[in-house]
Amino acid sequence: MSVTVPAPRRPREDVLDKLKPVVTKRWMSPGAWKIDVYEQLDGYKALRKALGYSEADLIAFMKESGHRGRGGAGFPVGMKWQFVPDDGQEHYLVVNADEGEPGTCKDLPLMMNDPHSLIEGVIIASYAIKASRAFVYVRGEAIHAARRLRNAVREAKEAGYLGKDILGSGFDLDVVIHSGAGAYICGEETALLDSLEGKRGQPRLRPPFPATHGLYNKPTCINNVGSIAAVPHIVLGGAQWWKDLGSENAAGTMIYSLSGRVKHPGQYECSLGTTLRELIELAGGMEDGHELKFFTPGGSSTPMLSADSIDVPLDFDNVAKAGSILGTTAVMIFSDQDCPVVSCWRWLKFYQHESCGKCTPCREGNYWMVRVYERILSGTGSIGDLKLLESACKNLLGRSFCGLGDGATSCVTSSLKFFRQDYLDYIEGNKPAPFDAEKIGAH
Amino acid sequence: MNYPEKIREQAEAILVRYPEGRERSALLPLLHLVQSHDGYVSEDGIAFCADVLDITKAQVQAVSTFYTMYKREPAGDWLVSVCTNTLCRAKGGQQVFDALSGELDVGHDETTADGKITLEHAECLAACDYAPVVTVNYEFYDEMDEDKSLELVRELKEGRRPVPSRGAPLCTLRETSVQLAGFDEERTAGLEGNAQGDATLAGARLAAEAGITAPPFDPAAPLLAKEPEEAK
Repeated sequence: MSVTVPAPRRPREDVLDKLKPVVTKRWMSPGAWKIDVYEQLDGYKALRKALGYSEADLIAFMKESGHRGRGGAGFPVGMKWQFVPDDGQEHYLVVNADEGEPGTCKDLPLMMNDPHSLIEGVIIASYAIKASRAFVYVRGEAIHAARRLRNAVREAKEAGYLGKDILGSGFDLDVVIHSGAGAYICGEETALLDSLEGKRGQPRLRPPFPATHGLYNKPTCINNVGSIAAVPHIVLGGAQWWKDLGSENAAGTMIYSLSGRVKHPGQYECSLGTTLRELIELAGGMEDGHELKFFTPGGSSTPMLSADSIDVPLDFDNVAKAGSILGTTAVMIFSDQDCPVVSCWRWLKFYQHESCGKCTPCREGNYWMVRVYERILSGTGSIGDLKLLESACKNLLGRSFCGLGDGATSCVTSSLKFFRQDYLDYIEGNKPAPFDAEKIGAH
Repeated sequence: MNYPEKIREQAEAILVRYPEGRERSALLPLLHLVQSHDGYVSEDGIAFCADVLDITKAQVQAVSTFYTMYKREPAGDWLVSVCTNTLCRAKGGQQVFDALSGELDVGHDETTADGKITLEHAECLAACDYAPVVTVNYEFYDEMDEDKSLELVRELKEGRRPVPSRGAPLCTLRETSVQLAGFDEERTAGLEGNAQGDATLAGARLAAEAGITAPPFDPAAPLLAKEPEEAK
C-alpha cells in the first residue's frame, strides 16, 4: 500500500504544536558553542542548581523525571545512575558519542552547535554518580564535533566548571574527549569500553555489566549524548515540566531525524509520540512524485514499517506494538521509487563490513546473506533463497554475541513480511535485475 | 623509528590524559599521531606505539588493522569519502562515487598516481539529513551530486581548498590527524568553521517562525517536591 501525504505550504496548527524546541533551540544561535554565549542562554545555571543537592537527591530527581536514554534502548537514566555502586572505588562516566547507525544524525549537530550542554550534563551526571573522571568517546569521523567539545572543555575549565573543587563544592572532575577511529561496533557499549582501553572494539560477555565492571573493570555508567545533553534542561525545568513535554508514558522531547524522500529533511524536536504523518507534514510533505512506501522508525537496526503505520505514535511502547523499535528516532523515509530489496542488500553490506568478527553467526551470517541478496538481485535467485534468508536470520537473532547481529536481521525479516512480492519480482523475472550476475560473482 | 622530538613530546602528552597504569588507552590517539607524521600507519609507527606503551608490535597491529581510519598505505593529502550506504545511495551516492572513481582513475581505498587524493566509499557518516554526502578529511560537503562532486575534486586537484558546507576550512589529512590524536585546533577559523545548515535547523526554525516555544518554567523551583526515597 502507498499513501499520498498532502503537502500543505505550512503545516496545520495542531501539527506545528508538536514541535518542542528545547534541546535544539540553542542551535539557532551561531555562537552558542562558545561559553560566553552559552552562559547568556541559561548555560551552567543547571550545574549551580544541581550542586545544591545531594547526589542521592539528584538520582531520585532523575528517576522522578521519567527521562529515558536516547541512544536506542530507552533505559531509564536515573536507574542507570543508581546502578553504579557507591563503594568508594574509582569509577567513571563514559559518554557514547559514537554515532554511526545508518539513518542516525542527531548527536553530531548537537555536539557541533551546543557542545557545552553536553559538558554541563557530563558534570551533573558525574557529580550524581560520584565519578571524578569522565570520557566522551566521539566517533573519529566527527572531527568538528571533537574540536568544539575540546574547546568547550578548555573553556569550562577556565571558568571553574571543571577541574578541582568545582564552584566551591569540593567536587573534582576531569573530562577527556577521545576520538575513535572508524568502527560502528564501538557504539555497542562494551565494545566502546574495550576500544577506550586501547584494544580492538569487540563486545564483552555480560554479566558482569558495566555498572559494576566497566572501564578498567571499575564501575562505569555509559550514557548517550542525547541522554546527557538533556540533563541541564531537565534540572532547570523540573521533572513535571519534562514529563509534560512528552506524551503519556514517554517523558520529554525527542529529536526526530528525518531523512530521505521528504521535501525538507532535518532535525525536528517534537513531543515523544509524534506520528510519521505529522513529521512528514512538518518536513513539507513528500518529495514531488514520491509516495511513501516504507520507513525505519529509528535507524537501520529497527525493523522497517510499511506506509500502514503512518499514524503510529512514535514512542517506545507504540512502536514496539507496531512490531518495531523506537531506536534513535532516525526516521528514514523511502518511497515507491526505492526498492526494499536493494535497501536491505546495502544495509547488510554495512553489517558485514562492521561485524567485528568475534562471533560466528554475525561474521558468517551477514557475509552469506549479502551473497544471497546478490543472487536475487542479479536475477538468478530462487524461492528457496527466501527460506534461506529466513533461516539465516533465525540463526543470527538471539544467537549473536551482541546487538549488531540481531540488528542486521531487522530489515531482512521485516521486508520479507511487508514486501515479499518485491523479492518475488526479481526471482520470477518480472523486474529487471539491477546487478550483472557475472560481474558481481553471484552464482 | 626515527621520530622527531615533537612527536615524542606529543606522545607523552597523550599518555597523561589517562589514569596511571591505564596508559594503553592512549593507543588510538597514538595511532592517529603516527599517521599525522607518516600519512599512514607505517611499520615504524607500529614499532613506535609498541615502544611507547611497552606492548608488542603484534598487539598494536591487531588494533590498527581493526579500524577503518588507520590507513595501511600512504594516503593522499585529501581523503575523499563518499557515503554509499542505503539512504545516501538512494539519493545518488553511488553515482557520485562512480563519477569520482572515473575522474580520479582510482577505486575504493586507492590513491591517485600523484599521491594527492585518496578515494573511499564510506559507511554512514551521520549526515543522512544532507544526503548524499561527501567528506574531505572528514569535513562535510552536503547534498552532493555528480557535477558538484566533480567540481570539488577538480578544485582539489588544482591545489585549491573548497570551503566545506559544514566543518572547518580544509587542512591536510596529516594536520587533521593531529587533532584526531586529541590536540587542539590551532586555527581560530578552524574552530569557527560552520556547523549550521538548513537541515540541522529545520525544526527549530519552523518553530521560531510559528512562534512556538517550550512551556515556561521556574528555574528556581526545588528539584524534589517530596522527600526522596533514597534520602534515608
